Amino acid sequence: MAIALSVQNLTKRFGSFTAVKGVSFDVDEGRFFSILGPSGCGKTTLLRMIAGFYRPDGGTILFNGRDMADIPPNRRPVNLVFQNLALFPMMNVYENVAFGLRRRGEKGAALDRKVREMLARVGLPQSGDKRIDQLSGGQRQRIAIARCLVLEPTVLLLDEPLGALDAKLREHMKIELKTLQAAVGTTFVYITHDQSEALVMSDAVAVMKDGRFEQVGTPQELYHHPNSAFVAQFVGTSNRLPVTFCWDGSGRPRARWGDIDLVLPEGFAAEEGSPWDLFVRPEAMIIDPDEGTDNVLSVTVRALLFDGGNSRLLVTVRDRPEELTVALPQTGQYDHVRRGDRIRVGWASAASRAFPGGEDRG
Amino acid sequence: MRRWVLFSLLLFTLAVPFRGTVAAAQEKGVLRVITWAGYAPQELLDRFTEETGYRVEVTFSNNEEMISKLRATRGGGFDLAQPSQDRISAVVSQFGLYQPIDFSRIDEDQIDASLLEAVKKNTRVDGQSYAVPHVYGTEGIVVNRAKAPDVKDFKDLLDPRYAGRVSYRLKRPTLIGMGFSLGKDPFALYNDKGAYQAFLDDMEKTLIAAKPLVKTYWDNGDQLLQLLRSGEVWAASAWEQAGWKLHAENPDIDYIAPASGALGWVDTFAIPSRSQNLEGAYAYINFMLRPENAAFFTNRETYGTASKGAIAFLDEEIKDNFNRGLPPEVLAQVNWYPPVPAGIEEMEGRTLDKIKAAR
Amino acid sequence: MASGRLRGGFLFFFLPVALWLALLIVLPHLELLRLSFTDSLAGRFTVANYLAFFTEPIYWLTFVRTALYSLLVTFLVMTVALPVAFYVTKVVDVRLSGFLMVLLLVPFWVSELVRVYGWMILLRESGIVNQVLTGLGLLKEPVEFLYRDATMVMGLVYTSMLFMVVPLIGVMDDLDDALIEAAYDLGASKGAIWRTIVIPHCATGLVSGGIIVFMLVLGSYLTPNLMGGKNSLWFTEQIYNQIILYFNWNQGAAFGFLLLLLSSLIIWAVLKVTGQRLKEVVK
Repeated sequence: MAIALSVQNLTKRFGSFTAVKGVSFDVDEGRFFSILGPSGCGKTTLLRMIAGFYRPDGGTILFNGRDMADIPPNRRPVNLVFQNLALFPMMNVYENVAFGLRRRGEKGAALDRKVREMLARVGLPQSGDKRIDQLSGGQRQRIAIARCLVLEPTVLLLDEPLGALDAKLREHMKIELKTLQAAVGTTFVYITHDQSEALVMSDAVAVMKDGRFEQVGTPQELYHHPNSAFVAQFVGTSNRLPVTFCWDGSGRPRARWGDIDLVLPEGFAAEEGSPWDLFVRPEAMIIDPDEGTDNVLSVTVRALLFDGGNSRLLVTVRDRPEELTVALPQTGQYDHVRRGDRIRVGWASAASRAFPGGEDRG
Repeated sequence: MRRWVLFSLLLFTLAVPFRGTVAAAQEKGVLRVITWAGYAPQELLDRFTEETGYRVEVTFSNNEEMISKLRATRGGGFDLAQPSQDRISAVVSQFGLYQPIDFSRIDEDQIDASLLEAVKKNTRVDGQSYAVPHVYGTEGIVVNRAKAPDVKDFKDLLDPRYAGRVSYRLKRPTLIGMGFSLGKDPFALYNDKGAYQAFLDDMEKTLIAAKPLVKTYWDNGDQLLQLLRSGEVWAASAWEQAGWKLHAENPDIDYIAPASGALGWVDTFAIPSRSQNLEGAYAYINFMLRPENAAFFTNRETYGTASKGAIAFLDEEIKDNFNRGLPPEVLAQVNWYPPVPAGIEEMEGRTLDKIKAAR
Repeated sequence: MASGRLRGGFLFFFLPVALWLALLIVLPHLELLRLSFTDSLAGRFTVANYLAFFTEPIYWLTFVRTALYSLLVTFLVMTVALPVAFYVTKVVDVRLSGFLMVLLLVPFWVSELVRVYGWMILLRESGIVNQVLTGLGLLKEPVEFLYRDATMVMGLVYTSMLFMVVPLIGVMDDLDDALIEAAYDLGASKGAIWRTIVIPHCATGLVSGGIIVFMLVLGSYLTPNLMGGKNSLWFTEQIYNQIILYFNWNQGAAFGFLLLLLSSLIIWAVLKVTGQRLKEVVK
């Protein structure tokens, strides 16, 4: 598969502050690639360099193998869907979509056909004559994307375009965007701070922090095999237990969490007494686990958070200050659990991940 | 109903301050004079206030504005005005802007008899005269003798030798001065509209033809001085004061009376018909024409004065200017402006517009 | 009761405005209107004052000339003010743009007369520009820059610039930078961005500024007279001359109303042609 976008060692400084520090990645043609990170991590700067609005201080950007250095935004085979969409209020919907084509000098029947096809493709075939302020939030979203896609860019960049939508519409648009991308086959590079958006839509996700990529992988890899405490915490939700490492008598790796002994995954090794953070996903925590589950705790239910399929329990263990989140499957099996109950929860040691502790407490 | 009550209440509150101002003006002590810049030096005003107790409020203006302002108020708003003598009889008979002068209240002995007679004659309407002479002056040519030694008359301003180096005003004196210079007598044509129009058409042709030669039509005194002082212009129609002022800076430049006669004007004292301080107005006229006061003014502004005895109080340099530029034999040739019949200025205005608009 | 009080309050604030308008604006204009239809000597009703405008070519030609020059000046002011407003609002940073605004305003704290004299000192034959140019050997002989139509147009552009820049800065501030970037991203060149995004966005500011500048230039007196010199007959000068020099208030009033009428007509026509609506512009 050809590489649509290749970024190598890209760096950008603003004065003494380095916003992007030597980032490299490749995006295959037709993929949905997301860059996920908290605000201020440098993802927008990275995107603006790719679009051509910022000049990198180092590194290269290649589209289909062609170097983009010194090529201004209006000559790059890439288009950007802005955070606030930036639809042109002085033009109607049709002219917004036709804008890029007209700039290329296209006109007449060919232009008209392309615009109408694109409007039909995003499901708004009758909206050509409407003014921008007559469109709903979701419709504007689609026009903003249509306006770029009609130009058949090598890469479509999207800068948190779902940010302004309400929750329900955002859920809907996630699916619609994914479907649209699959249908047109254009390479998407999507930046967001919302891990759910990244996980749902992407073929691959890069987690960015402080100007660097922490980890690049499929959503599943990131979720199940984070390779840093930051990724483990940022992607999905995790319980974090501050522990110290120790070996038990039989030579198995153990973690001490206060006065509680926890079993670590097989083959884990570290220096005796060193601080670690142990991450366990809520859904890895099982209520009333089978006998033989290697970590079992007796806990008190502090709160019951009902959220349909995403319901949770908040529990505490004796005198520990940490509050643990436990998934509460809505299968009817656990309907008896009430606030204040004492229950047993446990997890398989293989489902937990440990990273060096002492930092990133937050 | 209530609205009307409110409305009239509001009108009443508005009217009160107006009545207040009217009352203030009627108080003894204020004399409102509309005059030309320089005609009312502060020192003389202070002396006048000391002597008579009247405080003088001065508004600076010119003939045209004076008439417009008085017309707008139908002769009110000022207690004393200083229009030129030729601009009085027409507005008296047409609009009644001024009231007759009571010459028994004027100290005629201190006024030059010939000027007084001329002004009385020129401002007479239905047997009564409306003005007292104060200041006279002439319009001739200011010339840079080093650059343009041959300029002797208004018509020499049309000489192609001086293309781009001459300037004049696009105002009625230019039409009239050029007319005299070209051998006509415009004043004699005043009462024959047809003949005067023919004269104006003639001047229109002449001045349009001369348009490429004129640097610009000067519009105010500062502009004129600047043009001559910088050497951009060598000869221009102008008043003697401009010439003498420049002569003091550069002896090459001087005022000359044109061969066909300078144009002469007399500024007067005239009392608006709705003057509210006649007492003060007459006192002011007599005060200003007292020889030492008139000489103070002439020394400062270099205008000739109608005050007979003033010559004794003049500075040497000023005396010299009058001897050089306006000796008695030259003064005898001056074409004094007669009153302008109604409608003449409109005709002149149209001619001047056409000249200005022509390419 | 409540509505009665509201009515009272409305009247309280409305009456002074209404009185002000009636006493200072409407009444004098009614008197002028009456004058314009009255014969200057006989005092009878007549339309001769208006007819004079059309029958005497000098009058309507002067008006046409004035109107054409005013349109030209308005257009030039637009082309100068657009980049200036863009620079102030979009290019420089906020602190500097405040400073630049002050710089733009400073010349307008002195009177028009002083500003025009400033130009005259610079441009006259023995002026600074000529001294510099001849001193540098670029000119052999000093050139008279004043008393030309081009100089007059420049002076008018200068004196009316601010009235275009201020409304333009207002509307340009509202222009989302993302729109410009989006257009750039979609392949637009700089010229196309101006044509398709910036100018359409500024249309209301351009029209409101344009109306102000047009009226201002049409009604200006000093600048054409002093800088234009011997060829600069401006229509306002005709009105001034009629009223102040020839005491023909009737003719002057008629010219005044013709100026009002014809300039309104021109603005209406321009709005019509460019598809703008006055209500939106005023908003």
